[in-house]
Amino acid sequence: MNIRKNQARLSRAEKRRFVNALLTLKRNGTYEEFVTLHSTFFLSDQDAGSRVGHRSPSFLPWHRRMLIEFEKALQTVDRRVTLPYWDWTQDRSPASSLWAPDFLGGTGRDLDGQVMDGPFAYGSGNWELKVKIDENPFLRRQLGLSPRAPELPTKAEVESVLAIDEYDTEPWNSTCATGFRNHLEGWRGPNVHNRVHLWVGGQMATGVSPNDPAFWLHHAFVDKLWAQWQRRHPRSRYLPAESTDQVRGFRATLPPWNDVTPADLIDHRRHYFFDTDFFPFRGREDGAANADGRGGDGRGGDEDAA
Amino acid sequence: MPQVTRRRALLAAAGVVSTLSALGVANSTALADPEPRTGARGADAGAGADGFDEVFQGRRIQGVRTAPDASAARKGGHSGHSGHGAAGGQDHSGHATEGWSVRIDGRDLHLMRNADGTWVSVVNHYETFDSPLAAARAAVVDLKGAQLLPLQTGGAR
Ligand SMILES: [Cu+2]
Ligand SMILES: [Cu+2]
Repeated sequence: MNIRKNQARLSRAEKRRFVNALLTLKRNGTYEEFVTLHSTFFLSDQDAGSRVGHRSPSFLPWHRRMLIEFEKALQTVDRRVTLPYWDWTQDRSPASSLWAPDFLGGTGRDLDGQVMDGPFAYGSGNWELKVKIDENPFLRRQLGLSPRAPELPTKAEVESVLAIDEYDTEPWNSTCATGFRNHLEGWRGPNVHNRVHLWVGGQMATGVSPNDPAFWLHHAFVDKLWAQWQRRHPRSRYLPAESTDQVRGFRATLPPWNDVTPADLIDHRRHYFFDTDFFPFRGREDGAANADGRGGDGRGGDEDAA
Repeated sequence: MPQVTRRRALLAAAGVVSTLSALGVANSTALADPEPRTGARGADAGAGADGFDEVFQGRRIQGVRTAPDASAARKGGHSGHSGHGAAGGQDHSGHATEGWSVRIDGRDLHLMRNADGTWVSVVNHYETFDSPLAAARAAVVDLKGAQLLPLQTGGAR
């Protein structure tokens, strides 16, 4: 059983296993396939054309499938590993343990943005970028330094987006003035998902964002917010029900896999659980402690109860 | 490792593998004019509506309007970022669209236009800018001195 945990609650050993699995995928070339997969879609998804992974209703199911595939790849290395999520409404500082040398490493240096510590520093010899938009082979970050994203989204901002009842709306792109998906993605409203990419900076803000392993922890949390929204709006459905010539409906297959639809991905519990799914009666702060698979009725904790 | 092989095959079938060029020398069609006209036009905001050529934080940024890109306008040919740094011509709804070619130190900066008329670049792909000039300046800041590489995408669908 896959249980995705809050990164802040991982043990040292869990962090080490996750990092080792990443480094193994990097070494055997698998990691690059995921960077390329994401970039290929990200750079061609557009408002007035076909769009599957971004600025479209399938933003959430498409990333959910990609994360499932990536988690499976990590598990070919170490089957105990699952994707941790980064709750940036809580862990909001460059001083957070997330950015410590024993986990993701910290921000980049002034000179060129290069990350200098941790397992993903170029100097470690284990993290040379291959799928690049510029010549530098090293990971860059600028935690909290973008003038356009000085702070990560707050709990209140996320709440305002989780309160939106309708999943998505016409014209199903980055210009939708209403709808949960476009507000969560961040093209409108308080800017949630997109802003986190900017806050991390470096490759995370570019068309080749998965080069930074922070990508996976960020998206695991965005994915969790989708599940929280579903619990809050049990009557709301994925929209559009039917495909248009540019976006995918509920039962349309998603490329590049073409063997999965939003319908297949609508309930995360068919694929994995979140640590918070198991402790419905505990508060949100401590509710996710060391989930070990015990307990829980599978209905999920309503951690976002108003 | 069967899973890896299967995924590779899957991605290959979808045309996803190796579509981004990881190596290579930049398309070195440096513009003929060796003398950047420092700041002159880019300084006035409004800014660079007809093109720009300035030195910003030590990097030369140039932008010229181009004819709408024929390949991007081709029905079904959704190459969000065209292979030559020219963006535009992507509005399939029939509006006349403008194209732009933007460079930093002679290297193509890939731009994409949003439906609301704003722009994103490959360097800042999660935020929008009001103009190609604003996108170019933001890219200079965030590249922190790095030189762009040519980008090859497409064939994914
Ligand atoms: Cu994405
Ligand atoms: Cu993202």
